Amino acid sequence: MQLTGAEIVIRCLQEEKVEHVFGYPGGSVLFIYDELFKQDQVSHILVRHEQAAVHAADAYSRSSNKIGVCLVTSGPGVTNAVTGIATAHMDSSPLVIITGQVPTAYIGQDAFQEADTVGITRPCVKHNFLVKDVKDLAVTLKRAFYLASTGRPGPVLVDIPKDITNQKCDFVYPKTVAMRSYNPVVKGHSGQIKKAVQLLLDAKRPMIYTGGGVILSDAADKLTALTRRLDYPITQTLMGLGGYPGTDRQFLGMLGMHGTYEANMAMQHCDVLLAIGARFDDRVIGNPAHFNQVPRKIIHIDIDPSSISKRVKVDVPVVGNVPDVLDEFLKQLDAAEARPDTKALAAWWKQIDEWRGKNCLKYKQGKDLIMPQFVIEKLYEVTGGDAIITSDVGQHQMWAAQYYRFDKPRRWISSGGLGTMGFGLPAAMGARFANPKATVACVTGEGSIQMNIQELSTCKQFRLPIKIVCLNNGYLGMVRQWQEMFHGNRYSESYVDALPDFVRLAEAYGHIGMRIDKPGDVEGALKDAFIKHKNDLVFLDFRTDPKANVFPMVAAGKGLSEMILAEDL
Amino acid sequence: MRHIISILIENESGALSRVSGLFSARAYNIESLTVAPTEDSSLSRMTIVSIGSDEVIEQITKQLNKLIDVVKVVDLSEAAHIERELMLVKVRATGKDREEMKRVADIFRGRIIDVTESTYVVELTGNTAKLDAFLDAIDRSLILETVRTGVCGIGRGDRILRV
Repeated sequence: MQLTGAEIVIRCLQEEKVEHVFGYPGGSVLFIYDELFKQDQVSHILVRHEQAAVHAADAYSRSSNKIGVCLVTSGPGVTNAVTGIATAHMDSSPLVIITGQVPTAYIGQDAFQEADTVGITRPCVKHNFLVKDVKDLAVTLKRAFYLASTGRPGPVLVDIPKDITNQKCDFVYPKTVAMRSYNPVVKGHSGQIKKAVQLLLDAKRPMIYTGGGVILSDAADKLTALTRRLDYPITQTLMGLGGYPGTDRQFLGMLGMHGTYEANMAMQHCDVLLAIGARFDDRVIGNPAHFNQVPRKIIHIDIDPSSISKRVKVDVPVVGNVPDVLDEFLKQLDAAEARPDTKALAAWWKQIDEWRGKNCLKYKQGKDLIMPQFVIEKLYEVTGGDAIITSDVGQHQMWAAQYYRFDKPRRWISSGGLGTMGFGLPAAMGARFANPKATVACVTGEGSIQMNIQELSTCKQFRLPIKIVCLNNGYLGMVRQWQEMFHGNRYSESYVDALPDFVRLAEAYGHIGMRIDKPGDVEGALKDAFIKHKNDLVFLDFRTDPKANVFPMVAAGKGLSEMILAEDL
Repeated sequence: MRHIISILIENESGALSRVSGLFSARAYNIESLTVAPTEDSSLSRMTIVSIGSDEVIEQITKQLNKLIDVVKVVDLSEAAHIERELMLVKVRATGKDREEMKRVADIFRGRIIDVTESTYVVELTGNTAKLDAFLDAIDRSLILETVRTGVCGIGRGDRILRV
């Protein structure tokens, strides 16, 4: 039977068992929207800005390990989506983005709402396609889903000119994909793993450091098994939180620019480092030259060969899918005759516990001003540590990462690589669609939330009972913190004047708003929001200490062990 | 170090810009880039000459392999290989220069492929150093135009790059 291109798009989505498409209609995608209208298997979530569509699809994926799908129109639809696509690309989120394009004959004519979508998005997608023939449409979409979710995942964009969506051809959805140019490795090299296991067992000061790759590949269980088995300390990047229980003794907290003292010190001073699904980025190891001053052997497991030896020279690279590689690790550990050096390990733990004794995350909650850290701790208590927490970018993001302890993967949804303000609220929407029963909270600031605040309208339309925990200190806090520390207290443009009344703003969108000024009211407000108003969206506007800073801190370009602690000031 | 990187890539529109975009986005250096379809018209062969430390070249190779359209990548300079470049030079050829130009072209095994009363076009093939040497050997003021293809290369003997 012959189908139109638009029908084929919808049939492909159905074949891929896509439940939700996040999008925004426009001229070039009208045929596709018409076909969406005629069926009810794929539901469409109408956002209020294309950037939000991509963030929502991204978080839908991050919180479920399904592929997120978006649909936007040509020109401004695409350019608005670019921030979302770049965000997903930096954090390796599997997305399929379908974009409308002007009709084939108009391409290159500077037509209305024309943009070079494939050109504009090329550097921020895993791959992209322009469909030039309706006969290629089904196989292209199949490839897009395959590419997005295999190997190192990422966003894949399919640009479809309007005339293609109205032309007909026979529809066959391919069952498999074969591409001679794309064959991601799954299993790790067993000889390399043997070397790695030997090195691990010989370690005197071992350290495990994991990132988003563990979350993306659903390897948390295997990582936990391996870490417990070895009794080695473990730290995680911002993207890796939840990959190992955050409340466990072996977990040293997050590392990096705002990592804990014990995690950064252990990372710096270990003699064997096992890095898994992490990429030694600048916010994690600080200055690589300083990091390299301490000799250590590095084992690096990653599915992407280009992540290995990129910033730090690796001794034993293992390319493969993390759970498959960890399986082999566990097998070879069973077979190995050597055992960890318990004496050396005891001394190492003693050293770590000494570092831990610094209690680097302590802060003082007085009677008058609400400390932002206190809000996150109370949020953790009230939600039983079991909520999905999305965040925006800035101080609040770091406090959420430091003080909300994530025991499970896919509970912490944050823009790590690109650091996109405006991510949090649409991400909370996507997470809620993927987990319709979960408690979802967006930790944000008064700066970030205004970057996609229009989505309060989407939340109303789809009755999403998200809790917005806004740590409102009246400043672009992280900018102010850097200005205070490195720019002589000149707060250039970091004070946000003329803030809206968030309570009335929430009410205007049909939600509940609360303002909380006093430390004594924090817990009660959170309980009201999460228990009494369980089924409503509640905007909690916490007026927090405007001078609070995030510590510990490794200044940009400094070494990992050159931390500034709160107590130093 | 100078490296010659050979790439087999799907012959699709946009493939070239994926490669050149990668080099500019990651601040890698390109000395020259040549590309044309192979005997299998679905594949193009690209030769890139780049200068960088071993670490940078390793990253370039890995990043190229990561591009979905790239089928194979090899660093030709790792082993025995042949490289060639084609150059066309239009020179002023009048009076005594006319004879001298012909002589120098012969010495370099160049061919004169276009002749007018006042100009020659010399065709020259060889490695980069040979072409440079030719330009150094003639009077610079006589050069009207030069066009070079950039290097293309191939491994010696059993070293074969194919799907």
